[in-house]
Amino acid sequence: MATSASSKLNKAVKQQYMDLPQGDKVQAMYIWIDGTGEGIRCKTRTLDSEPKTIEDLPEWNFDGSSTYQSEGSNSDMYLIPAAMFRDPFRKDPNKLVLCEVLKYNRKPAETNLRRTCKKVMSMVENSHPWFGMEQEYTLLGTDGHPFGWPSNGFPGPQGPYYCGVGADKAYGRDIVESHYRACLYAGIQICGTNAEVMPAQWEFQVGPCEGINMGDHLWIARFILHRVCEDFGVVVSFDPKPISGNWNGAGCHTNFSTKEMRDDGGLKVIEEAIERLGKRHRYHIRAYDPKGGLDNARRLTGHHETSNIDEFSAGVANRGASIRIPRSVGQDKKGYFEDRRPSANCDPYIVTEALVRTCLLKEEGEEPTDYSK
Amino acid sequence: MAVSASASLSKAVKKQYMELPQGDKVQAMYIWIDGTGEGLRCKTRTLDFEPKSIEDLPEWNFDGSSTYQSEGSNSDMYLIPAAMFRDPFRQDPNKLVLCEVMKYNRKPAETNLRITCKKVMDMVEDQHPWFGMEQEYTILGTDGHPFGWPSNGFPGPQGPYYCGVGADKAYGRDIVEAHYRACLYAGVQICGTNAEVMPAQWEFQVGPCEGINMGDHLWVARFILHRVCEDFGVVASFDPKPIPGNWNGAGCHTNFSTKEMREDGGLKAIEDSIEKLGKRHRYHIRAYDPKGGLDNARRLTGHHETSNINEFSAGVANRGASIRIPRNVGQEKKGYFEDRRPSANCDPYGVTEALIRTCLLSEEGDEPADY
Repeated sequence: MATSASSKLNKAVKQQYMDLPQGDKVQAMYIWIDGTGEGIRCKTRTLDSEPKTIEDLPEWNFDGSSTYQSEGSNSDMYLIPAAMFRDPFRKDPNKLVLCEVLKYNRKPAETNLRRTCKKVMSMVENSHPWFGMEQEYTLLGTDGHPFGWPSNGFPGPQGPYYCGVGADKAYGRDIVESHYRACLYAGIQICGTNAEVMPAQWEFQVGPCEGINMGDHLWIARFILHRVCEDFGVVVSFDPKPISGNWNGAGCHTNFSTKEMRDDGGLKVIEEAIERLGKRHRYHIRAYDPKGGLDNARRLTGHHETSNIDEFSAGVANRGASIRIPRSVGQDKKGYFEDRRPSANCDPYIVTEALVRTCLLKEEGEEPTDYSK
Repeated sequence: MAVSASASLSKAVKKQYMELPQGDKVQAMYIWIDGTGEGLRCKTRTLDFEPKSIEDLPEWNFDGSSTYQSEGSNSDMYLIPAAMFRDPFRQDPNKLVLCEVMKYNRKPAETNLRITCKKVMDMVEDQHPWFGMEQEYTILGTDGHPFGWPSNGFPGPQGPYYCGVGADKAYGRDIVEAHYRACLYAGVQICGTNAEVMPAQWEFQVGPCEGINMGDHLWVARFILHRVCEDFGVVASFDPKPIPGNWNGAGCHTNFSTKEMREDGGLKAIEDSIEKLGKRHRYHIRAYDPKGGLDNARRLTGHHETSNINEFSAGVANRGASIRIPRNVGQEKKGYFEDRRPSANCDPYGVTEALIRTCLLSEEGDEPADY
């Protein structure tokens, strides 16, 4: 079976050690995004007391030459604590600490997209931008084949798996259940889960989160998923098209609203926002996966409930469009809309930033505006 | 799978027995370093009381002919308790007792490097030397192959594993987690962990420790790691180059500072020390692994974030140098420096003593001074 050797280690033995009291010492696991813009790294330090807020956590550093982020001759990079959560693996009082990465000269690292996102979000605070992101993912065995699939073949075609139940329909539910509880414990704003169209594919939703919190909560939710899968001995993939052919890809549909859109008559504001998005399709496609659109090109084909990557479209209840306005929103004439273009491996900081730039800051053209000037 | 038969024994059965009350009796596990200078040995005795300090613990002895330390005809060697810790395996009130070894004539055993280290540390007490050691190690299956690696092959090349997360990146995290908690319980000054560049390779850091404590805490941390791995049925290796070729070795980078270096303007004291170290490279290389440099020769190649064993170098934020000055230290002009040369299987007593001798006692030449 394609689960890891680690997962077969005796968990009762581990539990005995994890039950040992730790006195006043606290373990803080610092988490950051590596040079790929998709990979997550972590290391732990001992603190002498429980941090109560993010300000209690010291800066740290790491060897960027081992994470595709710097050269060996000048490898130190800085970790700046940004958001703190309870640790569902080591439990209270231990913490997970999401960090921003700075280069040796204290400028943001190339894949530190949080820095600019935060700046943009603070510019539009009064609009109270809310986000909800629907993170799809695929479970793989350590052999790289989807978990539960026959080892040298394929399951029956898509149809019975979406929200399915039963051993012949739902592959790996234990991971989903564990992840959900771990996120709730950690304080992640996880709002739902469902089995997806392709067997071994699942989705969880995080939100509603305001401003910078969306990126923070989604990245930690992803980290927790990686760690849960590691414990079970399987692998989670955020690749947008893990199996080519007549199998669904994986996206990260992003729901968005402002206070204005949520108030009576907000549909007009939604429609204006969509019109702006329609004029800036290429800028958003570049922002919606870590390879400037190359990853999404394998997924956004116009089939399998996706829009075509080369065309922008919008419609009520239309899952083949770039933007879908939920039917209830069309009826209530207020609410939110769903951008279905972001890839499963997108960086939520730049996705949310792009939506704010185009819809609220009313930017145009292919380049984001530099507000530092 | 390459885990031991022992690991498959019923832990529920064991738990039942471990929950039996022990009255006033206390188990003290005496731990020592054997004749190889790397291996650890242990045996236990019952005490009628809970020892409160090291002075409460009696001397003991053992058969040195079974640990590469003496001949059968004259095999008794003495165990002198040196440092006491809580026992994370048997739990309170039981103890782990790190011991020095003496020969039959009460002279230190060949691999008892603690006794000289302590003397040297006492000479420089006023300078408050602090150490932090970054212990790297590799987890192996009982077949000797790295844990989690395909049984007849290799994982994908290095790149994604350092600080990685996920079943395809992190092999054996359970051991790391269990070891961390066990060390915290025991009172070992463990200050962090991370996954290392080679898959199945990990690192933990112990410190800051002043003087003789560095060696004591690191040896007990190593003992705890061996015991934790034994419970899981895998093996911890401190070999400095477990897999030849394009796979990282395992070191024990040693961070060092004195009160002077930590205070304003301390960078000058750091630079002075580095200059002295630069003139005594061979002496330090001899002190930095249990085979006088032969083990490190397989690791210090100049590649894989190591310096070349034949050359001494130093630099800010430079992981290819013998000595690295952390960037923030270069900026604040005070702090500490990192000697990246010690091997994973070094004796921390020998390493910390060498740093004191060269940097604080200003010794020169290939031999240590006899005080």
